[in-house]
Amino acid sequence: MPVITIDNQEYSVKEGDNLLQACLGLGLDLPYFCWHPDMGSIGACRQCAVVQYQNTEDYRAGSRGRIVMGCMTQVTDGAIFSLNGDKASEFRKTIVESLMLNHPHDCPVCAEGGECHLQDMTVMTGHRDRHYRGKKNTHRNQYLGPLIHHEMNRCITCYRCTRYYNNYAGGKDLAAMAAHDHVYFGRHQEGVLESEFAGNLVEVCPTGVFTDKSLVNDYSRKWDLQSAPSVCTHCAVGCNTLPGERYGKLKRVHNRYNDEVNGYFLCDRGRFGAKFVNSDKRINNPGLRDEHGRYNIIDPHQALHQLVEACQGDNNIAAIGSPRASVEANFLLKTLAGEQHYSPGFNAQEQSLAQLALSLQQHSAATIPSIKDIECADAIFILGEDLTHSAPRIALALRQSVRNKAYALAAELKLQPWQDAAVRNLAQDQRSPLFVAAVTDTRLDDIAEQCHHLAPDDIARLGYAVAEQISGKANASDEPANTIAQALLSAQRPLIIAGSSCGNAAIMQAAAAIADALALRKNENAGNSMLCLTLPEANSLGQAMLSPNEAPSIEALAERAYKIDTLIVLENDLFRRAPAAVVDKLLQSVTTLIVLDSLETPTLATSQLALPAASVAESEGTIVSLEGRAQRYFPVSECQGERRASWAWLLACLKELGHPEAANIHRFDDITLACSAAQPMLKGITLAAPDHFYRNAGVKIPRQPQRYSGRTAMRANVSVHEPKQTEDDETALAYTMEGLNRHQPGSLLPFVWSPGWNSNQSLHKFQTETGGPLKGGTAGKRLLDNRQNNNNQQKNSQQAVATTAPAAFQASAGQWLLVPRQRIFGSDELSSYSDNLAELLSDASIEINSADASLLQVKNGDGLSLGENLACLRVVINNTIPQGCAAYSVGIAGTFNLTLGQRVSLQKASDWQRPKQADVIASDGGAHV
Amino acid sequence: MLKSLRSQLTTIWTILQHSFSRCETVQYPEQKPYLAPRYRGRIVLTTDPDGDERCVACNLCAVACPVDCIALQQGTREDGRWYPEFFRINFSRCIMCGMCEEACPTNAIQLTPDFEMCEYDRQNMVYEKEHLQIDGPGKYHDYNFYRVSGLAIKGKDKGEAQNEAQPIDVKSLLP
Repeated sequence: MPVITIDNQEYSVKEGDNLLQACLGLGLDLPYFCWHPDMGSIGACRQCAVVQYQNTEDYRAGSRGRIVMGCMTQVTDGAIFSLNGDKASEFRKTIVESLMLNHPHDCPVCAEGGECHLQDMTVMTGHRDRHYRGKKNTHRNQYLGPLIHHEMNRCITCYRCTRYYNNYAGGKDLAAMAAHDHVYFGRHQEGVLESEFAGNLVEVCPTGVFTDKSLVNDYSRKWDLQSAPSVCTHCAVGCNTLPGERYGKLKRVHNRYNDEVNGYFLCDRGRFGAKFVNSDKRINNPGLRDEHGRYNIIDPHQALHQLVEACQGDNNIAAIGSPRASVEANFLLKTLAGEQHYSPGFNAQEQSLAQLALSLQQHSAATIPSIKDIECADAIFILGEDLTHSAPRIALALRQSVRNKAYALAAELKLQPWQDAAVRNLAQDQRSPLFVAAVTDTRLDDIAEQCHHLAPDDIARLGYAVAEQISGKANASDEPANTIAQALLSAQRPLIIAGSSCGNAAIMQAAAAIADALALRKNENAGNSMLCLTLPEANSLGQAMLSPNEAPSIEALAERAYKIDTLIVLENDLFRRAPAAVVDKLLQSVTTLIVLDSLETPTLATSQLALPAASVAESEGTIVSLEGRAQRYFPVSECQGERRASWAWLLACLKELGHPEAANIHRFDDITLACSAAQPMLKGITLAAPDHFYRNAGVKIPRQPQRYSGRTAMRANVSVHEPKQTEDDETALAYTMEGLNRHQPGSLLPFVWSPGWNSNQSLHKFQTETGGPLKGGTAGKRLLDNRQNNNNQQKNSQQAVATTAPAAFQASAGQWLLVPRQRIFGSDELSSYSDNLAELLSDASIEINSADASLLQVKNGDGLSLGENLACLRVVINNTIPQGCAAYSVGIAGTFNLTLGQRVSLQKASDWQRPKQADVIASDGGAHV
Repeated sequence: MLKSLRSQLTTIWTILQHSFSRCETVQYPEQKPYLAPRYRGRIVLTTDPDGDERCVACNLCAVACPVDCIALQQGTREDGRWYPEFFRINFSRCIMCGMCEEACPTNAIQLTPDFEMCEYDRQNMVYEKEHLQIDGPGKYHDYNFYRVSGLAIKGKDKGEAQNEAQPIDVKSLLP
């Protein structure tokens, strides 16, 4: 390790790092703007200047030395720097003064104020007075959609936004325009930012140019936000989040760093979709339906009494859990109903796919990658997934993994990977191979080497063909399988991604077959192959682990509905999962329907007893992400109204019933323990986060920053007598500003703040090294960790994988195969209740290719009726869709009667009226919208 | 003995002298003492010279308050101005330290020489925005935050604030 001298002090630093990284890693405060740990250095802002000296004599003689940029200077053994010397600090002070030349004096009305990197750096460098007497440049702002607010005057031209948006996230509609001091960052014309990851601009921008629009209009400073470590519940990736609450409302969601999962970035569904917790559709009180069909509010004791009564005696109980509820709540529900009467809440197709994903991952000889592993992959094959819409954060990771080719080229020239501009210049358009086989065009097509648009069964056949090529069983002329196979074989860390989106088991099996073939054929010096299987919901894999294969699906329960007296539904909208006919049959034949949910869903609206559940922001729970990582979320604020965590309702019921298994369960941690004891596969969930006994140096961890304001006035309008702070007996976090937020396990990090570093850039104070794991360790516990014991499993790997490819897809006359079109905004249930996404949700549509369209005599915007009154949808013509297939927007109202993989007849709807679209200023996106 | 006698006499003499000095006690409330404008008494919210409310709900007073007795919520008006949707001071906690006034970037919150705010019921010490807002600029007559700051509001476009040039035409090729 090189030893460098900074201000007469010797430090040993990491080989290959740049000086800025090294300084920050050592805990030294060196101001910077344009450098970002995930985006490298370009030396644009000149802020991290230090003085370098030739040698010791040079330094001692008081020579002038030379000014170098910390972010562009690689640490070398024996180098001598001055960080705090007069010349260096004077230089940095003048730089920040020139960056601030046109700054508009609007911090009080800026949503970045109080967590602004520019404020921090200005204070750190000691700049105060503007000496230049000329006028300030001003700019006009642009409308960038309902999510991002633009205030161009505040810009300091660090170029982080375009580097993130274009280079990192692959966006095309944000650019630097004009020249010299007229530089402008925006779109070529006003319109919604196209990228699904645009929300990260809020955190990437070191000042207030890009801010969260919903926060700007209902603002609270960072120091006033109460927050707790949470996990995103809008897809199965399990990104770590930091929701901030004030006055009982969720104000915003920021990224919570987890080096193995989301790193520094979130997708827009996770960042902006979590506002569903403020929805008008939230229910606050238990309701009991009277004989006139109206709900009457009852108090929680009565509600509990009703719940207990319905579960007592000879009543036949059945229960439906949910893949969007926590493992703990589902476990208690399963205990209450008994294993035979508990459905994990999937429909039959979802259930078999979730179970298949679990067993394939368990038995695969390949590694199950984390997102960080995905970013390391150097050849990727995606089967049947539009990842940007089904597991968005993985798509962002894939945009980084195709750059591994560039890093390999850079390494040959001994160029460090953080030399961002140099590495990009070197590689130009050379990318690591990425192959996409999907039913429609996908948002990753632009970086793919080959895109194949095939019917689901044909995707699986291609997958099997590739597997055969890899294991050498087929002749080499079979294209494109051969090309793909060769690319995967020559890679060091090949990655195969498939998932349940298409509703097709063969695709996942084919993916597993490729991964296994690669694992068995791998050459000595290469890493293992990786297999990533995506699932639709936050806890889908957890539900597959909790329930056995033969657990009843929703359809199976509907079959025997006549035998059920009491049906308890936990946080599940059945109408989204199965055709209305099936659900109606189920719900109408049961005597008592009890629904426990946070939102007023159609299922809840048919219940006899409705119980208000706490949302993810008000309760604790563990969920298992698609890589098998058990992660705990914690309540950000106390429950409003009579809401209670689902587990609390169910535990109270079990206690009242005197259930033997509940005898030793008194609190949340006990449920986690009981669940891990009962379910061997979920044994690790207790390690997802420390239990409520954890104390950080003897004290709890505060949810409120030290400067939390208004404590004695917030509730003064209700009563001037301040209540005691709510005590949190269930977790190691406290609803106060007292405690210690430092060095605790990563799963308990409620906010990032460090003296002098008020912005989210203070994160490096919490990391072991810049871009490395948190000092307290990475959050979450992997339940499927097969990285160590691969060798044992290679033998039985082949057993789980079906080796026969399905028959080729045949388009049949008059019948179309239903395939999915996922949408980042809308396909997920919870985020579709979020107010700030409402403008971006579009109506359900069906996509067919032009040959089919002319056959059906429809054009863009016409209506098509599907099957016998299954649905009536707007037509979109998309020629990437194979003939005989029809892609419908999954998860969007109007399509719930449809099942993936079903064949339906299509007919032009005669009385179709085009639904009125919200007037969103059009962005010039592709045909997929 | 002699020493203590002398001490007693000195004391009596000193007190006697006070009979001839001016009385410091004021017959409050009949007589009211003069309080300088900078006296730190009851807090008000002021308006700018144009008559619009000065407070931009930046939360700096709340965070400066050592007893945390100020709570407010920001909102955005249709004309683009930030304003407090509610603004509450719990005077039963307030220690009249004036830190909020020091912190205020718009001169909105000001302490006045009025200190007569006793109540029989503590709840009446909670002042909402309608109790705090006055119709006038208070001690600072001229300052208008939005004339200085770069944020565009209705009636003051980009480039019209203090020391600002006209907005840049990005499409222009001129230097």
